Amino acid sequence: MSKVKKGVRLDHISKIYKDPKTGKDFYAVNDTSLTIEPGSFVTLLGPSGCGKTTTLRMIAGFESPDEGEIYLGDEPINALTPNKRDTAMVFQSYALLPHLNIYDNVSYGLRLRKVPKDEIRERVTRILALVELSGMESRMTNQLSGGQQQRVALARALVIEPSVLLFDEPLSNLDAKLRVQMRTEIRRIQQEVGITAVYVTHDQSEAMAISDKIIIMNRGVVEQMGSPYDIYYHPVDEFVADFIGEANFLRGEVMDSSSAEITVNIEGTAVKLPNEKGLSAGDKAVVVLRPEAATLKASGGLPCEVVLSCFMGSYQNYHVKVGSTLVKLEEHNPKNKRIFAVGEKCSLVFDPGSVHVL
Amino acid sequence: MATKQGAALERKKLFGDPIMITTIVLLITFLTLFILYPLAVLLVDSVAGGHGITLSIFGRIFRIPTFTKAIGNTLKIGFTVGLFATAAGLLFAYVEEYVRLGRFTGGLFKVVSMLPVVSPPFVLSLSMIMLFGKAGIITRYVLGIYDNSVYGFWGIVIVQSLTFFPVCYMMFKGLLRNIDPSLEEAARDMGASRFKVFSSVTLPLLLPGIGNAFLVTFIESIADFANPMIIGGSYDTLATTIYLQITGNYDKAGASAMAVVLLSITLLMFIVQKFYLERKSTATLTGKASRVRMLIEDRSVKTPLVVFCSAVALFVIIMYICVPVGALFPTWGYKFFPLTGKWFGQVFSKYKGFKVFRDSFILSFISAPITALLSMIISYLVVKRSFKSKGFIEAVSMLAMAVPGTVLGVGYIRGFSNGLFGSGILQGIYGTGLVLVIVFVVRSLPTGTRSGISALRQIDKSIEESAYDMGADSFKVFTSVTLPLIKDSFLSGLVTAFVRSITAISAIILLVTPQYLLITVQINEFAEKGAYSLACAFASILILITYTAVLLMNIGMKRFGTSRKAAG
Repeated sequence: MSKVKKGVRLDHISKIYKDPKTGKDFYAVNDTSLTIEPGSFVTLLGPSGCGKTTTLRMIAGFESPDEGEIYLGDEPINALTPNKRDTAMVFQSYALLPHLNIYDNVSYGLRLRKVPKDEIRERVTRILALVELSGMESRMTNQLSGGQQQRVALARALVIEPSVLLFDEPLSNLDAKLRVQMRTEIRRIQQEVGITAVYVTHDQSEAMAISDKIIIMNRGVVEQMGSPYDIYYHPVDEFVADFIGEANFLRGEVMDSSSAEITVNIEGTAVKLPNEKGLSAGDKAVVVLRPEAATLKASGGLPCEVVLSCFMGSYQNYHVKVGSTLVKLEEHNPKNKRIFAVGEKCSLVFDPGSVHVL
Repeated sequence: MATKQGAALERKKLFGDPIMITTIVLLITFLTLFILYPLAVLLVDSVAGGHGITLSIFGRIFRIPTFTKAIGNTLKIGFTVGLFATAAGLLFAYVEEYVRLGRFTGGLFKVVSMLPVVSPPFVLSLSMIMLFGKAGIITRYVLGIYDNSVYGFWGIVIVQSLTFFPVCYMMFKGLLRNIDPSLEEAARDMGASRFKVFSSVTLPLLLPGIGNAFLVTFIESIADFANPMIIGGSYDTLATTIYLQITGNYDKAGASAMAVVLLSITLLMFIVQKFYLERKSTATLTGKASRVRMLIEDRSVKTPLVVFCSAVALFVIIMYICVPVGALFPTWGYKFFPLTGKWFGQVFSKYKGFKVFRDSFILSFISAPITALLSMIISYLVVKRSFKSKGFIEAVSMLAMAVPGTVLGVGYIRGFSNGLFGSGILQGIYGTGLVLVIVFVVRSLPTGTRSGISALRQIDKSIEESAYDMGADSFKVFTSVTLPLIKDSFLSGLVTAFVRSITAISAIILLVTPQYLLITVQINEFAEKGAYSLACAFASILILITYTAVLLMNIGMKRFGTSRKAAG
């Protein structure tokens, strides 16, 4: 694609709705600013009602922001209708035009742009090859499987060569296996075309697999923006930590601190951890422990008691009680390891470098 | 402050779309001018005294004994017809959905549900008189009764019940289909008898729907003009009283006040129906049937139900058949043989049949596509777009459903005979074919809009959004996506509008000028004169036309209809 890549910038965007029950205003999106770099794949991730879809629909032009300005490249686009914006959206329900065949669906946008017939044929053929649907031109949409329909939707959006591709939970109507396959596909095509993509999902593993950057939203505000690695290992708060992957929270008080290290009292045991946040004695500390980052030993860590022990194949699933805190663990590759039974007293051991302190 | 930017942007986007904004402005003008304005004029008329507001006109009309009596008559008829039609409709729907029917009975049911669609609304009055009147075939020749009178309360009630119950039947059929059979199976499983299941599960679920059907019929009944006119005799209803007040007594102010009374009644019913019952009836029954219902095969239940319904259905069908047959008898009630074509001949030779059919046909043919297109545009705007005046457009086009034709007719007379507010503006359309076309459009608009809205609700909003997103403007979205997807609904709207227009009478009879001869008006005239054979000849040809139109629609739907797939 020969076009100049464009990014998207949201400048203090808010969207206010009226609650139909109380009649009060509430912020679906609240004073959100973010920059999406040209050519990058950015995912808006969050629980339902967090404002991610509203944000996407504002970029597409279906909703108008009540505060702030949206830029496509350097151009403010608030006042443009969706048909005048250089964006293309892939919908959750595919939204293919049911009365047209695949070829006519894909060429729809080109025909609106009055592209010459020969060029339309050439571009549609090329794009259908890209999404691996060559030879399906004359099929009707209802003769395709869900995955194929989603490819048509993607082809239709790509063929008009938009500056930005928008995805509104495009895989949520597919079964689990196909979802995994399609997300790889979408990522491959985006890389091949080099287009800027904004992707909305509530599925964190999808977000991890597909994105350059993840934006975590909650209650209309951006909680954190960063690479999947950053967000997983350095979550800014408990919400993010809990939302991405599984997280255990061990709470304690800092007893002693230096610039490099803190000693935290967790359920009566002193644990030394790196002082990433510059905490000092007397501060409260929340230790984020991922289930795969700890293991059970006979002794040498936090004393605990097993309340659930369950063989899952690739790992042994434990729930243990450390004092009053319930901790979930995954002991991977459990073959030839000692398996603890329910009721056994043992010890929770983890590497100080693999946890994160909030 | 903050929300203003969003609203301002929406407005800006809307105004950036000239076709859309023009359409909205034109629609609002049309609805205001031809629905709201005539009704407003009635209200103004009925309270405008020499100086300022007065209730003296209402005082005057309430002292007219025929008028107060007509109010009572109308309500009595509406109530009785509502009960009968609802009960019959429910019975038919229940039997069709719950009892295994043979092919013959199934066919009968189908015909009965089709008849009111294709026939002019007052045909049953004609056959009632011909079968049961003084010279009625059944009363006189079968039963030997010579002085039976069908005119009056019971005549109207029977005819209206038979005319309106198929509508209830279709409504209940839809509702019963939405009851999940497993609910009833669960009750049965817990030990309820079949009757207990009906009374404790099915009936409570249907209650709002029953209220809904009752009120819809009630409104139809009190708005009906032609049947009371033909078979009412001296038993006057509001619609006929208003008509006589204006054509017989030339009391336009009085007629306006009467029309306001009639409108208030229908409007009240309509509001209750629309905002209370309709919502409730769909709220209780949103479930889709999870599986096919086990049909009743038990003979002790099946036989009486099927026999009763078949008898009623046959009776209705015989009444309809009576119309074309009646036109073939040399003299109704005296001489039956040999069958003759002379009445049909006279229609064309003596009574300007060609002009009558041509006028009716052309006017309806012009108004049908306008109605169909308008109702699709309104449905599109209401379902798919959001803008400020949307509520107004939806409300007014639905309001037209509650306006009896007679009321609208009087409103047009008062509103346009001297131009807008008596200023002479638009006076030119009064008494022309244009005003007839407009009335046809206004009268059929609510039905078309309603079916358009329900068709569009089935289509995922994102389909249009995707086209919009791909670069299509509103006009392009409407023509390249919306219309093709609701082709079926458009086609049926087209034909329904045509049929409704060509069979309409209540508003038209007040507005038509001698320059146009309309079939329905002719039929009414001949029926009043007692020339039933001629009325039947006209009506038979009319049914032939409407039936052909419906037939063409069905063929068209089979050939071009693809939109059923659109739902998924």
